[in-house]
Amino acid sequence: MLKYILKRLLIMIITLWVIITLTFVLMVNIPGSPFNTDQASNETVQANLEAHYNLDQPYYIQYLLYIKSIATFEFGPSIKQPNQTVNDLLSRGFPISFELGIITIALAVVSGVLVGIIAALRHNGFLDYLTMGIAVLGISIPNFILATILIQQLAVNLEIFPTATWRSPAHMVLPVLALATGPMAIIARLTRSTMLEVLTQDYIKMAKAKGLSPWKVVFKHALRNALMPVVTIMGTLFAGILTGTFVIEQIFAIPGMGRYFVESINQRDYPVIMGTTVFYSAFLIIMLFIVDIVYGILDPRIKVHQKGGK
Amino acid sequence: MERILEVNDLHVTFTTYGGTVQAVRGVNFHLDKGETLAIVGESGCGKSVTSNAIMRLIPSPPGKITQGSIIFKGQNLAAYSEKKMRSIRGVDISMIFQDPMTALNPTLTIGTQLVEGLKEHRKITAAQAKEKAIEMMELVGIPNPEERLKQYPHQFSGGMRQRIVIAIALICDPDLLIADEPTTALDVTIQAQILELFATIQKRTGVSIILITHDLGVVAKIADRIVVMYAGKIIESGSKREIFYESKHPYTQGLLDSVPRLDEKGELKPIVGTPPDLFSPPKGCPFTARCPFAMEVCDKVYPAPEKISDTHYVDCWLQDERAKRLLAAKTLQT
Repeated sequence: MLKYILKRLLIMIITLWVIITLTFVLMVNIPGSPFNTDQASNETVQANLEAHYNLDQPYYIQYLLYIKSIATFEFGPSIKQPNQTVNDLLSRGFPISFELGIITIALAVVSGVLVGIIAALRHNGFLDYLTMGIAVLGISIPNFILATILIQQLAVNLEIFPTATWRSPAHMVLPVLALATGPMAIIARLTRSTMLEVLTQDYIKMAKAKGLSPWKVVFKHALRNALMPVVTIMGTLFAGILTGTFVIEQIFAIPGMGRYFVESINQRDYPVIMGTTVFYSAFLIIMLFIVDIVYGILDPRIKVHQKGGK
Repeated sequence: MERILEVNDLHVTFTTYGGTVQAVRGVNFHLDKGETLAIVGESGCGKSVTSNAIMRLIPSPPGKITQGSIIFKGQNLAAYSEKKMRSIRGVDISMIFQDPMTALNPTLTIGTQLVEGLKEHRKITAAQAKEKAIEMMELVGIPNPEERLKQYPHQFSGGMRQRIVIAIALICDPDLLIADEPTTALDVTIQAQILELFATIQKRTGVSIILITHDLGVVAKIADRIVVMYAGKIIESGSKREIFYESKHPYTQGLLDSVPRLDEKGELKPIVGTPPDLFSPPKGCPFTARCPFAMEVCDKVYPAPEKISDTHYVDCWLQDERAKRLLAAKTLQT
């Protein structure tokens, strides 16, 4: 197991390095610079600024400096907001984004799985058709449209929830709903179909033949097996939720990391682009790693596979 | 002899989009304590449906017991509620499934799956449960039981898994064990070991066994009595000797003839044709279309059971007095 984790850590570092390099290549190839849009900056000022941020160096030096800043986790000051360092932005934005993401994931997984189970147990019944119909809607509607509808109906018309910002639990309801609906619907549909398949398995019949209660048959015997494919797609869903937060944070004016990320690209604020990209990628890679570990816990057959070293 | 089980006039149907399948159409049989009854017949004749009906494990909908009674130790299981039935399953009646590769849950340890039924039905401490589990593992012949209990199904071979399935079925000391093709998925040497195990267990615990199979070799080895099913009906029943050496029904004879023999060369002898469609089963004897001795009456009226001996019954017009006279006359003419 330890060997496996070490191997995975190495792969994670390599993945991160590839992402970092690609980001760098993309950055130097996008036309424009952070200072272009500034009005009335004469050439000397421009040259001085570039020298200050090492932008006058050849690309390989810039690349090495850039790698160094990541390795030491010291991204330096933002170009656009020179009184703040990238680390400041991250430490301010990340907790909020993290809160939004985690609540969304928890809601999507728990309610998605529950709805899926109910639909499977009521196969071809009213509840099945109802929930799966709603799930199709949930998958088809993009989260930014859903967000606008939610704001219009629940915040503006009915005034149940606040329209924007991130202050109290009531503020969290709409953004979390908008962000979680899609993943929730995907998880519900997947859980339902795998559950239906698992329920026809011999070991389920065997569990019934032991005289176990329906509750135990479903939660002890069926669910574990039915969750396997759900865990598999979890990685992709995390990525989806992560990118979803950019849009949702914009719409609800949530001061998370997503806003800095989008703004930094628009303004060619290189240190911030670097910082947020590395941070987001690292977060996603770690999530995927956790998914793999959970997979091994759910299915003992996978653990043995790892022990074999291959 | 104490009577454990009596099935009377059992009918099971399945409602589908295409119509109603009459899978079991009036089955009668009984089972005494310590006896082994074999139910034989080709695929789709209602063997497994009958056994699932006894366990009340027929998925409903679409399946339904429409008529008849299942008297187990004086109680009619057909009228039991689902909740009451749960206290019977695994405790008084246990079941062994065909394929040990799929009958065990891949995500739970053997130990968990073994003692689960015991914990559900009896008040028992974890230590006692473990002790009983080890005892069962030893009974079915699995070495190092203590260590093996912590392992998962994929760490066992097919034969070992079937032994575990048997141990699970027997852990609550049931009175009746229903084995649905318990050796079909195993290779021949393992088959012999598993059959041996059945014999040992029966001798030790006195459990009654219903063995469902299409393998007459298995039947010859461990059955006391045999019922032959065809198209949802029992067409012949008798002791092992009566079925193997004095079978009266052309279908039973065909089944026995189709078994490959070591001392004879030549092609296999199949029963020509296929069983009838159970969406609309024939009025008369369902075997008529495939029967080499079919008479005019066979297609029109189902024959009443004819008693050959106290244990041997057959549903066939050939056993009718009039048919016997006719046959005798025909032999005289030629």
